[in-house]
Amino acid sequence: MDIITTNRLTKSYGKKRGIIDLDLSVREGEFYGFIGPNGAGKSTTIRLLLGLMRPSSGTISVMNMDLQKHRGKILENIGYIPSEAMFYPGSTVGEILRLSAGLRRRDCRAESRRLCERLRLDPGQKTEELSLGNRKKAAIICALQHRPRLYVFDEPTSGLDPLIQKEFFEILRERRAEGATIFLSSHVLSEVQRYCSRAAIIREGRLAACGDIRDLARTSAKRIILSLLEDNGSLLRLLKDHNGQTGKKDAHGTGPEIRDLQNAGNTLSFLYQGNMKELIRLLSRADFTDITITEPDLNEIFMHFYN
Amino acid sequence: MTLLNFEMKRMRTSLIVWTAAIALLIMVCLIIFPDMEDQVDELNAAFSSMGGFTAAFGMDRLNFGELMGFYGLECGNILGIGGAFFAAYIGVTALSDEEKNHTAEFLFSHPVSRRRIITEKLVRIMLQILILNAVCILTALASAAVIGEEFRIEEFLLLHLAYLLLQAETASICFCISAFLRRSGIGIGLGLAAILYFLNIIANITEAAQWLKYITPFGYAEAADIITNSRIDPVPAAIGGAVTLAGIAAAFFKYCSKDIY
Repeated sequence: MDIITTNRLTKSYGKKRGIIDLDLSVREGEFYGFIGPNGAGKSTTIRLLLGLMRPSSGTISVMNMDLQKHRGKILENIGYIPSEAMFYPGSTVGEILRLSAGLRRRDCRAESRRLCERLRLDPGQKTEELSLGNRKKAAIICALQHRPRLYVFDEPTSGLDPLIQKEFFEILRERRAEGATIFLSSHVLSEVQRYCSRAAIIREGRLAACGDIRDLARTSAKRIILSLLEDNGSLLRLLKDHNGQTGKKDAHGTGPEIRDLQNAGNTLSFLYQGNMKELIRLLSRADFTDITITEPDLNEIFMHFYN
Repeated sequence: MTLLNFEMKRMRTSLIVWTAAIALLIMVCLIIFPDMEDQVDELNAAFSSMGGFTAAFGMDRLNFGELMGFYGLECGNILGIGGAFFAAYIGVTALSDEEKNHTAEFLFSHPVSRRRIITEKLVRIMLQILILNAVCILTALASAAVIGEEFRIEEFLLLHLAYLLLQAETASICFCISAFLRRSGIGIGLGLAAILYFLNIIANITEAAQWLKYITPFGYAEAADIITNSRIDPVPAAIGGAVTLAGIAAAFFKYCSKDIY
């Protein structure tokens, strides 16, 4: 069952683009990644999902309920971490946590205490004295203390140290085991690749790709690393000429291409997308001592094929 | 009531500071009244020779030698201006500060309707105004008792009712402005309160500008009129009441459909 469904969701800010015809479907119980460069429309999408903004057109359904009609009921079961967690000055963390629980009409004291201990946050601290990391921890506890069905996170780990990040993902793993759904917007692609089962990639307000993480990462692109004996100038020329000459489209609709060419000492590395036989034929004309062909990670794919 | 309780607690310091400042000035003025009483003839003579300035502050119609006249002039101005500035400040920051301080995302991602949030914020504003006025009234009564004087209670209560309406109207106009803003509106709020005050002074000076009394809430809260006539002028007060309700309605209308970011 889908827990989030958007249908041709569009938001424009006057003449400025927000998001355009976005179709998302997040299944209940999954860890869903939402990836895109700055200004792509990630935060706009999240604000629309929470009812903070009204769409220009299109529909949003969360937990099988229309967001416009049942916003209050939907938000009872959502925990949200904003990318920029800010709280009321002059208050303590404990007061903010109690406010959040009170607004949900829940008694979350026991869970809030447990989470403060696990994330090492002092509830007596004043909000204006909190570091970025501690502000983020307070936002995490606000989002987690009422044990919702759906978690919506916008860059949740920025500012957190690696130990706390590990603990945070451990808590999420436990919550997911209990059946919760996690919608994670992140720039940290390794994070998305490690934890998410499916992901959507948004670019310039439109959905660039979506699906299983392994499928998204499984483009025909490969990372080729060549170990060379000496001067690699001729090989570099060969590769650049090849890039300029090729024009045939492959099964993915893109021509064979070489990207992210990196030349470090006697090692040459690049991403190759296209017919492998053609590459081998090309490389047979060059001198190299070793060749390694690997799957590129999501970060590389994102940077060089979706960006 | 969660948000109301939270905001009352969080903003208690600013309420205490504003209330203490205004109440203290009222108290000081009333404590020095017996000394002023001795010089009443000279003061009245001095004030009556100040032309337009005398009319501007209603000094041509109030007797400085009487407690009620003195209170209307001195303490009325303190509570009138101080109370209006306070009302403008709490009104104009109520909604806009949520977006300015980036706390709106936190607040509005909770399962509480915008209507409820606006209502609780409005109740908090009115409660703070009531507390400030109640403390000022009690301070004035206690100070009068200390110097062995008594207010003419009807005029005293009418005067304070007018100030309460004035502050409610100023707060609701600023609350409405706040619903449209995404950044701090303190300058706009305090500037508006000052403009409304000076519009009444202009109305007092020039006969041709009398119509301004129907625009500014300081028009129906004019101490000289209330103490002289033992009533609040009903027409400008009714206009003020309508403006108060319209401001609140516009704030609800705008903020309930506003995009939060």
